[in-house]
Order: sequence, then C-alpha cells, then structure tokens
Amino acid sequence: MTNHWIDIKNSDAILIMGSNAAEHHPVSFKWIMRAKDAGATVMHVDPKFSRTSARCDFHVPIRSGTDIAFLGGMINYIIESGSWFKDYVVNYTNATYVLADSYDFKDGLFSGYDAKKRTYDRSSWAFKRDEQGAPVRDFTLKDERCVYNVMARHYSRYTLENVSKITGVSEENLMKVYKIFCATGKPDKAGTILYAIGWTQHTVGVQNIRASAIIQLLLGNIGVAGGGINALRGEPNVQGSTDHALLYHNLPGYHNAPLAQWQTLEEYNKANTPVTYIANSANWWGNRPKYVTSLLKGWFGDAATAENDFCYGWLPKCEDGEDYSYMYAMDRMLNDKMRGGFIFGVNPMNSFPNTNKMRAALDHLDWLVVAEIHNSETSDNWRRPGADPSTKKTEVFLLPSAHRVEKEGTISNSGRWLQWFDKAVEPAGEARCFGDIYVPLINTIRELYRKEGGVFPDPLLKLNWAEKFDASDWAKRINGFFWKDTVVNGKTYKRGQLVPAFGNLQADGSTSSLNWLYTGSWTEEEGNKSKRRDPSQTEMQAKIGIYPNWSWCWPINRRILYNRASVDLQGKPWNPDKAVIEWKDGAWVGDVPDGPWPPMADEKNGRLPFIMNTDGAGQLFGPGRLDGPFPEHYEPAESPVASHPFSSQLTSPCFKFHKSEFDKFAAPADPRYPIVLTTYSMTEHWCGGGETRNVPNLLEAEPQLYVEMSQELAREKGIKNGDGVIIESARGQVEAIAMVTIRLRPFTIMGKTVHLIGMPFAYGWTTSGCGDSTSRLTVTAYDPNTTIPETKACCVNIRKADKLTEIA
Amino acid sequence: MAYTRRSFLKMVGAGAMCLSLAHFGFDLKEAKAYATSLKIEGAKEVTTVCPFCAVCCQVIAYVKDGKLISTEGDPDFPVNEGSLCAKGAALLSMYTGEHRLTKPMYRAPYSDKWVEKDWDWTLEQIARRVKTARDNDFIVKNAKGQTVNRLESVFCMGTSHASNEECAVIHQAMRSLGVVHIDHQARV
Repeated sequence: MTNHWIDIKNSDAILIMGSNAAEHHPVSFKWIMRAKDAGATVMHVDPKFSRTSARCDFHVPIRSGTDIAFLGGMINYIIESGSWFKDYVVNYTNATYVLADSYDFKDGLFSGYDAKKRTYDRSSWAFKRDEQGAPVRDFTLKDERCVYNVMARHYSRYTLENVSKITGVSEENLMKVYKIFCATGKPDKAGTILYAIGWTQHTVGVQNIRASAIIQLLLGNIGVAGGGINALRGEPNVQGSTDHALLYHNLPGYHNAPLAQWQTLEEYNKANTPVTYIANSANWWGNRPKYVTSLLKGWFGDAATAENDFCYGWLPKCEDGEDYSYMYAMDRMLNDKMRGGFIFGVNPMNSFPNTNKMRAALDHLDWLVVAEIHNSETSDNWRRPGADPSTKKTEVFLLPSAHRVEKEGTISNSGRWLQWFDKAVEPAGEARCFGDIYVPLINTIRELYRKEGGVFPDPLLKLNWAEKFDASDWAKRINGFFWKDTVVNGKTYKRGQLVPAFGNLQADGSTSSLNWLYTGSWTEEEGNKSKRRDPSQTEMQAKIGIYPNWSWCWPINRRILYNRASVDLQGKPWNPDKAVIEWKDGAWVGDVPDGPWPPMADEKNGRLPFIMNTDGAGQLFGPGRLDGPFPEHYEPAESPVASHPFSSQLTSPCFKFHKSEFDKFAAPADPRYPIVLTTYSMTEHWCGGGETRNVPNLLEAEPQLYVEMSQELAREKGIKNGDGVIIESARGQVEAIAMVTIRLRPFTIMGKTVHLIGMPFAYGWTTSGCGDSTSRLTVTAYDPNTTIPETKACCVNIRKADKLTEIA
Repeated sequence: MAYTRRSFLKMVGAGAMCLSLAHFGFDLKEAKAYATSLKIEGAKEVTTVCPFCAVCCQVIAYVKDGKLISTEGDPDFPVNEGSLCAKGAALLSMYTGEHRLTKPMYRAPYSDKWVEKDWDWTLEQIARRVKTARDNDFIVKNAKGQTVNRLESVFCMGTSHASNEECAVIHQAMRSLGVVHIDHQARV
C-alpha cells in the first residue's frame, strides 16, 4: 500500500476493484465504512455481488479479465472531461516528456515486437533527450509527441461503447463510476483504489495496476491522505516476505538478483544504479551500492572485504531472461530437472493452477521437505486420490511447524507497519518455528562440508551465521550494524552498534544491513521500535490518523509514500484539512517527508516528489514493463470471444505459458468451454484451506466446495440449487455443489450472452468429503512481468453430475 | 490516574454488564463476583498478531500455567480496535485442535505410510541430501564461461507465514547454497 489501513477513512471516493475486501480483509472494512459515514462514495466493480458489494453505495458487475478496458475508459473520460489535476500532472508526472520518434503503437502492438520470442525490444520506448542527456519536456503540453498527447490518443479508442461491449458493463454504470471517482481530481479531494489478487492474477496483471497508477496520477491522488493505490496484501506477512525477497529475481530490499553478465560488484552496480540528468531529481536508487554492500557485509561479515568484492562473486548468478519462479520450477520438475526442495508454509498441490500438472510434477522429485501445521495436499501428494503409493519414489520429510502464538518476531502489515509479536506458549509437541529449522539445518550442512569438503564450500563456511535462531538477533541484523567505529552527527558509534538510519549505510564495508528499508527499526537510542504502543499524535497527524509512535513503518517511519506530492511547489498542502506534510518555518511538519529537502520552489535544493523514479516524475508513460509502456486491453489467455473492439491482437502478445502435455488451452470462443470461471476465497477459510479446514468451527461454517451461478445459466443447464455438478476445463474436472444465485448475472459481450461462474479454491482431498482443488481447472498462463498465473479468468463448461465422488 | 483507551473500555464494559444484569433483576454482588471469576482472571497477557491477512490485527493471548486459554482482539491497536474476523476469532481452537502435527515424520520411497522420527536424524538426512545435490549439480560456469555458482536442482518455496527475521534467514541460507529457484505466495 502507498498509504495504510487507517488512512482509507480520509477518502472521498473509494473504488474497490479486483478485491472483495469485506470477505478477505474484513477488518479493513472498518475504515472503508468510516469514510462512507463521513460522506465518501464506495464503489465495487467486480464480477460477483459479494459481502463487499452489499456494504458499498453500489456494485457494478464486470466480466473477469477486462479491467484495463474499464480503466482505459476512465482515462479517456478524465482527458475528455478535463477532470485531471493540471498543476499536479504538469509538475509531478512525465506528462510533459516528449517521446522519441522511435516509439510507435499500431493495432495492439507497441514498437519493437518480436513475434517469435513473444517479447519486445524496449529500446524504442524512449524519451527525446537533449545534448546533456536530460529528457526534453514541454510544460505547455502542446507538443504532439509529449506523453500527455500520445496517451490521450492511445485511450481515445476506449469509448463508452467499446468498453461496454467488451466488459459487459452498461454505459450508464460506466459513467456513474467515472463521474464519481474522477470528481477527486480536485486539489482538496482524494480518491483511493483498493485492489488485491483479483487484479494481479491475470496475464495482464501488472498492466491492470499500471492503469490504476495512471488514473491516480492524473487525478493527483498519489501521496495525499485518502488517496493512493492500495494493494490489500493477502498473506500474513507477504509484505515482509516480499521486502526480504523470498523471490528468485530480487535480493532483500528490492535489488535485482545478480545476473551472469554482472561478474563483479562494479558491473552489478553500474547496471543497477540509475543516473539522472534532471537537476532536481533525488534519484534515490543512486544510493543502491551502499545498500548492496551492506547486505553482503551482513551475509558474510568479516569475510567480506573491499579486496574480495565483499564476496559478491560467491552469490549465484541467474541467466538473463531466465525464469526461476514457481511455475518454471514445477515445469522443470515434470521434466526431471529437479532433485528435491523445500515447501514451507504453502500448499501448492491445492492452490497452484492446473493442479493435475503440479501433482504429477511433484512425483518426479527424489526428496521433498515440507514444513506445515497439518498434513496437506502437498505433504501427502504420494497418496492422493487415484495414486498408488508403491509407484511414488519421493522421500518426504514432514516437519511440524510452530504457529504464530508459539513464536516471536515481526511481521509487516499491508501498510508497511512493522509489528512485533511475543511468544505466548511453547510450540505444540516438537514443533519448531522456521528459524529453528533453517539455522540448525545450515549448521549441519556446514559441518558436513567442514568434515568432508565438497564443491565450493566458501559461501557456506564463511557465512555470518548463528548457532541458534533468535528473533531479536536477526531483527538487529536486518537493521544493521557498524563494522568500525563511526561518527554520525557528532556521536560516536562503536563497531557492533546499531546503525541509526539507512542514510548512514555505506558502500565501503563499514556497515551491514540485511535490508536497508528496515534500517532504523531497532536503534541504540530507542531500542526495538516494532514494540512501540504509543497512540500519541500531533493535532495535524491526528486529523488523518498517522499514529507515528505506534510500531514503526518502513521506510524511516514514513506512513504515506510519495507525500511530497501532497503539497504544492511552495510546500503548502493541496488539501489543508487533511494535510500529510507541510513546509512551515523552514521545516516539514506532519508525516516523515520523502526526503529532507525543501519544497520544489527552492530551485537549488528542492526535489521532485517521486524520489524512487530516476527522473523524479510519476510515470504516466512507463517504459520499464515488458509488455508495453501503456496498458492495453487484451483478452485473457482463454476468452469467450474471438475478437474485441480495440485491436486485432486478441490476447497479450507477451504472456508466458508452458507446453507440456498438461498445458492445454481452449481456443478463442471455444464452444466446448463457453463459460468464464473466476476463483476466490472466503472469510472462513484461508487460501488453499490447509489450515482452516482443520479448525472444526470454521469448516462447519463453510463445509464444502460450491459453484455460484446465475439463475439463467442454471435454467439453461437444468441445474437446481444444491445439485451436484461437474465443472470442466481443457485441463481437468471438478465436482461442486450448485449455488444458484442472483449475485451473478449473465453478461452481454460483443452482442452475445456470456455466463460467468465463481468458485472458492479452499477445499482439498485431505479433508474428507469437502471436495478437491478448484485450481485443477485454471490455466498455466502467466503475466510476463511477474509470472503470476491467470487464476482469475479461464473458460469452462458445467453440467449436472450423475453421482459425486469427491463431495460427501 | 491516567486512563488508557483500554482501561476505559474495560470499565465501560464492566459497567454495561452490571447494568444489563441489574435490569433483569439480578443481585449486583453476584454480577461482580461473576466478573472477577472470568476465565482470563490472573492470566498473563501476551501481545501477538493474527496469522492471516495482512491487515495484521493485533491480538491479546491469555496464558495460564503455560497454556493458551483465550484470545481476543487488542482494543488498543489503532487498526483493528479490538475487532477480529471469523478466522481471527477462531485462533484459540486452532491451538486446541487435535489435528496438529507435533513430530517430524518421514515417508520412505514407495512406502504407504508415515513414520515418526526425531529432529537430529531428520536434519542430518536432509543435510545429506542437500549436500549430495549441491556437490553433484553445482554449476560453476555457464555455457558462455561466466562464473555463475548456481544450484538449479534444489528449490525453495515459501513462505509468507514466516516472520521477517525468518525470511532473512531463509534468503541468506538459500543464496549461500547457490539456490536460484526461490519463490513464495507473493507470486500466486
């Protein structure tokens, strides 16, 4: 989230799209309702009428997978109606940047497309530059090639008629949402967009969010109280686990994982440290070498020296363009490229798409280590329904893991607040927390290397590691230490003392930090700030509910990101009643500003607000994504239609997919699979359900797999409420109980009736009689930027079952 | 005396209960006696965080004689103000359930059952398999002759259920082994 949970109350218009917040983030709704009570309009745009819709001002049904068309229509409306916030757009975004002649867009394809590789050469998506290298800007916005005008032309195709045809949303409903939300383009109004995995789990997932960013920048809604783009992050510590990069492509703190072509730290830094030619851009990533060296120092301690490149050479290097994500790991497993691995606290044999492929792939492993609270569809895959254990070779080590109240440490909430939890009771039986599994495991492996030798032992043997896991010890390692005596603002810090802020991290090996974003969370002066429970606020802070003294948040306790965009060039808040920061008597008051510099009116020392972007501007034109600088509507990988109004490019030209015998797709408008399926979870169960299905009161509340469908579809198929049904896709079939409801209605898409059904994915075979994985139906097609699979839209058919075997 | 929001809520709560019971003709003394014999009386209060969505509602766990006896939303936490959803409210039964895994288990190749094992044996076995895979499959140089120090045949999946400190441990552990197939729930 750019903002945080409490801040939602400051909003004048709330657009919930790609999320069913009331169902999946129930307590967030407290703050949505508080905004509503104060006069905000709350809108839900979603395929299904749900608990969220019921509490909103109104619900707008949309066909799953058409969000960019809907949002592109809103961009077009903003431009045509002049609802955009001119001072903000001209001063703080790249609307004024003039595009190089090389950029082009024709019939759904951007310039530089290579059809064979399904990728773009992105070099043509560039800005015109002057002799110094600075982008050419036209603050009058008259240049036909400036971003604003190119964008206006791009979205002029997104007329109400075109958008309505493909999304299934009536023109009247489109206008209703556009008008209300775009009224926040005024300086003293704020609108927020709340999304979740309903936006990310598409082959165009990243571009869904890019489209919302364009809207929020045009309306001046980023950086302000009640504004922002707010990802309602689902998993308990998914914010923290992303920050600490349990991901192949990053190192902790959002640095690219090293690639083979960056053989030295110097080469790595050169390729990853941006340079700006705009004098008043902060270009914060210019500091990257300090953070990366401090990370290496944290990992390898005294072994990391300037002479040996701080052990950079020891790190694994990925191949450029190679994908090592979940989906690729599973495909390599199927092709016998994997020996074994660790699956901790996740249940892929129930929640991964095209689950029949995943279950078959896991059989190819020699060994598997699973850490869980309960036996799961993953740990027990070798005895799944229909499988003969005597043919399954995989050795499985199943480790009992500790639950939250049985351990201590921190999590980061969706608003980036760092919250400490204490250990209440000892772990059940011999259960252990993950730290108490991995720390001794690595020590055991180190011991083997010490005794026996082996391949390349240095990175293991010279690791800055611990004998035992201690959460406080690692929280301090994350914050970081000085490795030699250092004077900061006249105060001497000894070697081994904590670094007070990331501004003090250095690239010379004198500091360590396992994640620069968290530096300042545990200091010599104030101790462990994640434990703070002080509700005090200044009057200004209390107006918007910043709570700066409760816990701590990254970065550097800044509660609203990009808050320099909430003020004008003089540092006066656009909305004085809900000010985030203000320049008063030569200093900032309110939230922690995005950097200490004075307002932009100070031409020498002032800085642009978007400090993480190289040139300091919010990116209406975003050249960094793999599938285009502007979001463009493409149909999901499986679509009920064979054409759409925006171009002849039916699906994303870049989406990724696999080609095994399991990776089957329905053809466009395939008569065998005419119905759109979307999947979701529910309040009473958690994701794949491996935990909550084993809690009797939760299972009793939501006992078995169902499929929601409209009355019209039920009539067409001869299905009654409560009937057992079979849902089929090109990849598998699933049994469920029919829930015939008015919450779903047929859509009219490109002139024909299209039905959409919805199913939760929380049920699996290890809980007897409740049904088995819905994900067996979904597609192994992925967003090209993230490789997130498109589990929110695929094509299926449905029929009444003669008998049920999966559901009791 | 300075009232915190919580002590104030406690007073109001107790007052409201007395009022409602008195309204039905109960003797107030009995009501007060009942209030002091609540099951959390004398229990240690421990602050924790609900283990589900990233609203991260704070929870008070009540512990007596080393056992968890009750959980409730932390009324002082500015985000949830004491509220919890159905899952958060079911925290206690998550710990008292019989279904939990409590011992390391092992399933041998082609076997049809789990066997209980101790931790030392289990960690030694896993360490041996990791080392064998690493020693056999480690890729020092790629086809172009660039040094890549990579182990492709072992993967790590999960987890966003780990604390920040555990995530830091997992990332460091995997990179030191040379593992590149690292992923978790942020991608599904």
